[in-house]
Amino acid sequence: MSKRIFKMCPEFEDIMPDEYKELVEKGPYGKGYGVSDLGNFKELIEEHPLCAGCGLALALRLVIASLPVPEETIVVGSTGCSSLLFPQVALHNIHSIFGNQNAVATGLKRAMQLRFPDKEKDVVVIAGDGATADIGLDMVMQSWFRRERLTTIMLDNEAYANTGGQESGMSVEKKVLNMAPTGKKFPKICLPEVAREAGCDYVATVSSANSRRIEKVVRQAVLTAREVGPSYVQIFSPCPTNYKFKSHESVAMAKAREKDGTYSMVEYVSDNARSFLEGLKEEAKHAKRN
Amino acid sequence: MRQDQKVVNADYLLFDAPRKESFITGSEAVAEAIKRANIDMAVAYPITPQSESMHLVGELYAKGYVKDFYRAENEFAVMAAIHGASLAGGRVFTATSGPGTLRAMEMFPVWAGARQPIVCAFMCRGVSLPPSIQPENIEMAMLLETGMMMLHAENGQDFFDMLLKAYIVAEKPDVHLPVGVFADGFFVTHTRDKVMLPSEDLTLESYSPHCAPVPAFNMETPPIRITRDPLLNKSNFISYAANASWHQEVLAASERARKYLNRYLNGLLEVEKPEAKIMFAASGTAVSQCREAIRRLSDMGIEAGLIKIKSVRPFPEKELREATKEAEWIFVPEFNAGGWLAREIKAALDRNSRVVGEPRVFGGMTMPPEIIIDAVLKRLQSSDVNI
Repeated sequence: MSKRIFKMCPEFEDIMPDEYKELVEKGPYGKGYGVSDLGNFKELIEEHPLCAGCGLALALRLVIASLPVPEETIVVGSTGCSSLLFPQVALHNIHSIFGNQNAVATGLKRAMQLRFPDKEKDVVVIAGDGATADIGLDMVMQSWFRRERLTTIMLDNEAYANTGGQESGMSVEKKVLNMAPTGKKFPKICLPEVAREAGCDYVATVSSANSRRIEKVVRQAVLTAREVGPSYVQIFSPCPTNYKFKSHESVAMAKAREKDGTYSMVEYVSDNARSFLEGLKEEAKHAKRN
Repeated sequence: MRQDQKVVNADYLLFDAPRKESFITGSEAVAEAIKRANIDMAVAYPITPQSESMHLVGELYAKGYVKDFYRAENEFAVMAAIHGASLAGGRVFTATSGPGTLRAMEMFPVWAGARQPIVCAFMCRGVSLPPSIQPENIEMAMLLETGMMMLHAENGQDFFDMLLKAYIVAEKPDVHLPVGVFADGFFVTHTRDKVMLPSEDLTLESYSPHCAPVPAFNMETPPIRITRDPLLNKSNFISYAANASWHQEVLAASERARKYLNRYLNGLLEVEKPEAKIMFAASGTAVSQCREAIRRLSDMGIEAGLIKIKSVRPFPEKELREATKEAEWIFVPEFNAGGWLAREIKAALDRNSRVVGEPRVFGGMTMPPEIIIDAVLKRLQSSDVNI
């Protein structure tokens, strides 16, 4: 990213909004901040318009804070709750339409490589479970088959939340939701395993309650996509509005599902990705020692 | 572009560069245009009768004329990928036909709404009404209000020139909209025709995303907080007003394209014998069929004029009113059952009972001059107009 992108013209400084000034002065660009630095820098999300206690808002806040190089990251989103939040994120991001996110990201990443051959531009897809596992599954999987250098992150609230709580492929079996009036008739889609078989070099599931793990897997996923091949992260993000629990119970809900095993936490790493990630660890250790 | 090509300005390539005659199919004319268009990325998906043109574009990629190319998973994904590449600042190309157009439909307004200068070729064919792979241009009716500009080629020469001109007009900063270049499938794509081509060593200047009226999407261009295609995000009056004014600006940009289309296409329409009482108004290959019908009618002592409509969006309303001042009958032969062009013309003219939406052929039927002449003779016999 060119430093000009966030440098204010001195003549305009007095009329720039305060949150923009804060971004320039205390933003995370070029600083290498992570989740543990939250509270000490100006976050890229400016408030959020989602429901109180939204697990997805929490997940997204942690994901954005975990991006390894936010100043070179472009986010491709999709229709859903997260698309309401993205206009308030200080990254170039697109909400194209519903389900096409991995196709848009493919074109974007390739054209970016043509325009900036000497720079790494991380293209990160962040979409809901409906967009990723249902309407967009074709394009999600095809981008994996083609080995596009993309990170795909699913914010899994186990429903179409923004349209009023309908069953999605990621809802659990027997759950009664709109459009599943007698309960869902088939199991939750095993997308992490599908991702592994479809050629993702790095796959991980994580819960929005586990901020450290979110940081770790998002960084590994983005770095793997940059150097090795496609990566997939699935973040359990409970929805108080449609699953009808109290807003302060979101984190407890996420933890409970992790604990009782009804939301399994997995990590699949290909041999290539493993040796790449281990190499990075070695480098980091070496740098620390010196 | 390839290293051995020379970058020249658009006017030189289109108007001044010496041209040589070639005898090629419409699909080959597409490839000849793309070879000279300095394309960054093309994405393909097979469908008849479009496939051959994208095979040839794929070969251009293999030879280094196009920088990136792949076969995508379906037309919706093609148009989405092309959109992504265009947002990232690339000059892009793709093509499709009939059912592919319909499959991709959701993306076309997105291109216009995002103000991307994407050029797409449409090799028109029947849709599944009932299923047909044969020539028909009903898909054009379905694209009329997508915000995309629409040019309709009569032959291979038009197809070649219109594709290059489409990039030039699409990328003007005060336009910056997608352009569909349409040709009737098989009739144009699969038949050989004389096409005059400038040297293949010449190519257009590359696209600069900084000419766009919207910021390039690359984390290099301010502002840092930018969401593309965002305007549905809030349910409040300010959002509605922002959305409506943005939509109006898309329509206004298309209006501003008229001056460039006039210059590069030499008018949005072409008129022959405007003084004639009988006029034909047509677009695409129906124009060629009218030319032959006019010649035969003239042999029979009946004089008729011709309006060739080259730009369907923006539509040449004013020019049509001017060109039909003397006309008592305006026949609109079409390769579709819907009669979209006749409807467009009727909406543009006063005394529109003069407009006769005949003949119409579809499902793969051809349009021999005889049926055009029959339509004219039938009207003449049943009217008291003295020609």
